[in-house]
Amino acid sequence: MSNYNLEKRRYVIAFVATAIVVVYIVRLFTLQLLSDDYKKNADSNAFLKKIEYPSRGAIYDRNGRLLVYNQPAYDIMVVMNEAKGRIDTLEFCHALGITKEFFIKRMNDIKDYSKNPGYSRFTQQLFMSQLPSEEFSFFQEKIFRFPGFYVQQRSIRQYQSKVGAHILGDVAEVSPYDIEEDSYYQPGDYIGKLGVEKSYEKQLRGEKGVQILLRDARGRIQGKYMDGKYDRKPIAGKDLTLAIDEKLQALGERLMEGKIGSIVALDPRTGEVLCMVSAPSYDPRIMVGRARAKNHRALAKDAWKPLLNRSIMGMYPPGSTFKTSQALTYMTEGIITPGTAFPCNHGFYYRGLHVGCHSHAAPIALVDAISTSCNSYFCWGLYYMIGNRSKYKTPYNAMNTWRDYMVSMGFGYKLGIDLPGEKRGMIPNADYYDRNYRGSWNGLTIISISIGQGEVTLTPLQIANLGATIANRGYYYRPHVVRKVQGEPLDTMYTHRHYTMASRRAYDYVVAGMRSSALKGTCKALSRLPFEACGKTGTAQNHGRDHSVFMGFAPMNNPKIAIAVYVENGGWGADFGVPIGGLMMEQYLTGKLSPAAEAQADAMQARRIGYGPRFSQK
Amino acid sequence: MINDKPQSIWSQVDWLTIGLYIALMLFGWLSICGASYSFGDNDLFSLDTRSGMQILWIGTSICLGFVILMMDSRFFDTFSFIIYGVLLLLLFATIFNPHDIKGSHSWLVIGPLRLQPAEFGKFATALALAKLMSTYGYNIQRWKDFAAACAVVLVPMLCIVGQRETGSALVYLTFFLMFYREGMPGSILFTGVAMVLYFVVGIKYEGIMLFDTPTSVGKFVVLLLVQLFVAGMVYNYVHNRKHTNTIIGYSLVLTTIAILFDVYVIPFDVTWVQLGMCLALFLYLLYHGLRTRLPQYFFILAFAVGSVVFFYSADYVLNNVMEPHQRVRINVLLGLDEDLAGAGYNVHQSEIAIGSGGLKGKGFLNGTQTKLKFVPEQDTDFIFCTVGEEEGFIGSAGVLLLFLVLILRLLALAERQPFAFGRIYGYCVASVFLFHVFINVGMVLGLTPVIGIPLPFFSYGGSSLWGFTILLFIFLSIDAKRNMLKA
Repeated sequence: MSNYNLEKRRYVIAFVATAIVVVYIVRLFTLQLLSDDYKKNADSNAFLKKIEYPSRGAIYDRNGRLLVYNQPAYDIMVVMNEAKGRIDTLEFCHALGITKEFFIKRMNDIKDYSKNPGYSRFTQQLFMSQLPSEEFSFFQEKIFRFPGFYVQQRSIRQYQSKVGAHILGDVAEVSPYDIEEDSYYQPGDYIGKLGVEKSYEKQLRGEKGVQILLRDARGRIQGKYMDGKYDRKPIAGKDLTLAIDEKLQALGERLMEGKIGSIVALDPRTGEVLCMVSAPSYDPRIMVGRARAKNHRALAKDAWKPLLNRSIMGMYPPGSTFKTSQALTYMTEGIITPGTAFPCNHGFYYRGLHVGCHSHAAPIALVDAISTSCNSYFCWGLYYMIGNRSKYKTPYNAMNTWRDYMVSMGFGYKLGIDLPGEKRGMIPNADYYDRNYRGSWNGLTIISISIGQGEVTLTPLQIANLGATIANRGYYYRPHVVRKVQGEPLDTMYTHRHYTMASRRAYDYVVAGMRSSALKGTCKALSRLPFEACGKTGTAQNHGRDHSVFMGFAPMNNPKIAIAVYVENGGWGADFGVPIGGLMMEQYLTGKLSPAAEAQADAMQARRIGYGPRFSQK
Repeated sequence: MINDKPQSIWSQVDWLTIGLYIALMLFGWLSICGASYSFGDNDLFSLDTRSGMQILWIGTSICLGFVILMMDSRFFDTFSFIIYGVLLLLLFATIFNPHDIKGSHSWLVIGPLRLQPAEFGKFATALALAKLMSTYGYNIQRWKDFAAACAVVLVPMLCIVGQRETGSALVYLTFFLMFYREGMPGSILFTGVAMVLYFVVGIKYEGIMLFDTPTSVGKFVVLLLVQLFVAGMVYNYVHNRKHTNTIIGYSLVLTTIAILFDVYVIPFDVTWVQLGMCLALFLYLLYHGLRTRLPQYFFILAFAVGSVVFFYSADYVLNNVMEPHQRVRINVLLGLDEDLAGAGYNVHQSEIAIGSGGLKGKGFLNGTQTKLKFVPEQDTDFIFCTVGEEEGFIGSAGVLLLFLVLILRLLALAERQPFAFGRIYGYCVASVFLFHVFINVGMVLGLTPVIGIPLPFFSYGGSSLWGFTILLFIFLSIDAKRNMLKA
């Protein structure tokens, strides 16, 4: 090809460029001047995207009692472009019951990009949120006098009773972080912040709908755009049915008044959480609407930390309730047999080490050791297990075998309950001791873990779950507070059995021990109950007064409830833990309290433990 | 005139281009004001707003342009490969950059500055191409030389694809337009364009049915295109008008009959008729090829068979081989799935915005459609919406004409260069602008796939404005000194 030919190619390229521009101009011509669709809505017609909010799912307890529902509230919206200079400010403030200063400040805040990043003078901006119906009805009569102001119907959460704040959680306006995380949210939307409101947010919230409306130059709605072709209807949120028994929860919260601690009750047959009390609690009804921010701040300042859900976030030494897990481990591993007896002379004395014990007959075997909660027995057990070189070769292996048993019982890791913020507790392993004792440790060094002290910590939920594994004689289901999501099958992770490493035979002896404890041992207060209860007390040592702990289940055969009670600084397990646990089991299994029990409950409700002031006097 | 003294650069520089440059930037700034503006009180010049920031970018760009004009134009010739190398390193390094902005790794964050190296890769690649192809003895028709030029284009492309900015990478394909001017056989360019056309048309309209009959518009149109292209090639390469007319005639008559039968008698898939006609066409070409022994017939046959095979295999790969998520990515690139709420919603909205502008538009800052955030990326990729809405047909057609004049002027300037280096570089510049305008405006008008690339001088953003300014002013600098180098 000659050079001349190549030079001609400039015309080809120029032609292509011209052709593209001509085609585009023709397209512009048809879009802007010929097309009828757009012409009709030309000039200053604009679209108004009206969000239609779905109703949030309601929450019921296990017996179908309504716990949380929605109540209409009204957001006052403003379109700046329309409101500007056209309303009587004084009259407006009067109608809404606000001051002129508030009005001016609010209007300035709306226009401030740093406070309201999505601001546009052509779209609705939130002026005031969550006006209750009473206040709104007064305003509504006058709204025609305030051009540019609109009403957006929303719903706010209402709580039927004051119980279950930690489980139910609450909703609040989305934070900028939430919006960034999930583009579903827009400023002003609500999102679950705690409890099941948070963990089941996706199911509860439903799906927003949108209507695309046409407006004329004066902002009047002219109708739907393309007859609603692009509209979407809102889809209502799904209702939740909790596993919680409202009456049991209410009793638990009543018994824990003035105390710090937790009660967790599980249905061992399903892993359902029957009640989850964290004390001190608060009334969920104060976390609603415009008062939420103020009340939330007050609770956050409270020295007793009522916002903390101690049932899953509190990591406590389990004390003697832990001995059951030790008995299971030693027996399954063959360290002890049911007949093995260890001496106890007011405690465990060995090579200068002393772990104290109360006075009881000695030496004793497994069932009695559980029944009387003998420290010495379990210390000897751990000592022989860690020191058993013929079986494990090294204390390192023995320790890790021990750890594996503990983990199989649901300790040391999160159980995976469907509530936010669960803690995993602490189960030490051999590496942990190697680090902390520079490799120089043996069964004696770590002896206190055998009685649920030392490095071991559990959440009350994990203690209750220990009760469930014993009740089931060897397995548990992942605990969950939501029993059913409307229209969805239960997640299979809640129907899968987790087996522990302990043998069935070991469980039978531990159950016998716990039953013996309820009849004549540390829990003998349970013997009055009209069903066969099994229990184990705990008296967990700590820096202050001992914590009072109880773990139990009932009835012994065919158990329906497993329970953990933890009262901080309550002293002996038998002092607070056992009576509370007994009342709770009675309430759940018989559906009511006997008159005598009712009197006992009143007395327990009135008891106070001196924890010091709740609010600092700064 | 004193000839041994260098002429003043101000008398030599092409003021028309600079005028167009300034005009486009000002128009762009007004559009950004319209797109980002929302309340009467906000200050268009405040640095908190995009309109204010854009002034900063425009100011720095003009300074940058001035500096480049003052530089010795031999600098670019001498350092072109070094500049290219440095930019390649930068592009490569950007792949591993941890800053993930909207799913893309193409932003390099240096303190308060966020730069997109892909925007600067264009001028560097153009310089390297100009240098390579202007070396003595270079002949693009030798396959080795052609491969070298292709490599110069493909390496930065791959880096940018690695940054997950496929749109910006596609821009580099525009350099093939320059290859065409420099002697690459036109059939290569034509084949490439045809393949893209088959792919885009075939996939985009595959699901749409012709008059509610079982005929897929995509397949139908592609097969018809194959026949028409073959007819055109017969005319162009064999210069046989009779055969051309035969092909077009049979093709159109049979298609019309098939469609009428399809619509009024029994609905059936017209694609089969089209496929049958393509097979007949192959035999026709083969027959004439064997009869006349003209190699052109075999080349055209190869093109025809290749077209059909390419189209069906692309279709097969997309539907049967690719994983669903890969398919989604391709669909997004083609603008099929760019919006989750419903196919074509965004493009539909941008068409409405433009359509509502009418003849004269709603006036500066009065567009309501773009402000309601219906149009995505309204001050970057979809900026042309604002022009259409606020300035109407007059304004938007005017902007397109300004771009056309700029591109034609650049072509003219390129042709007047005494050296191949300047000419090649000039063609690169013109091609880049052409490609950006073609894709960006086309996507806003709903004519081309939605590929996120900026409209030169209009879209908000420092990197793209600086990139285009450097690209353009290097050429103006070379052009202004063309006579000095001659002497």
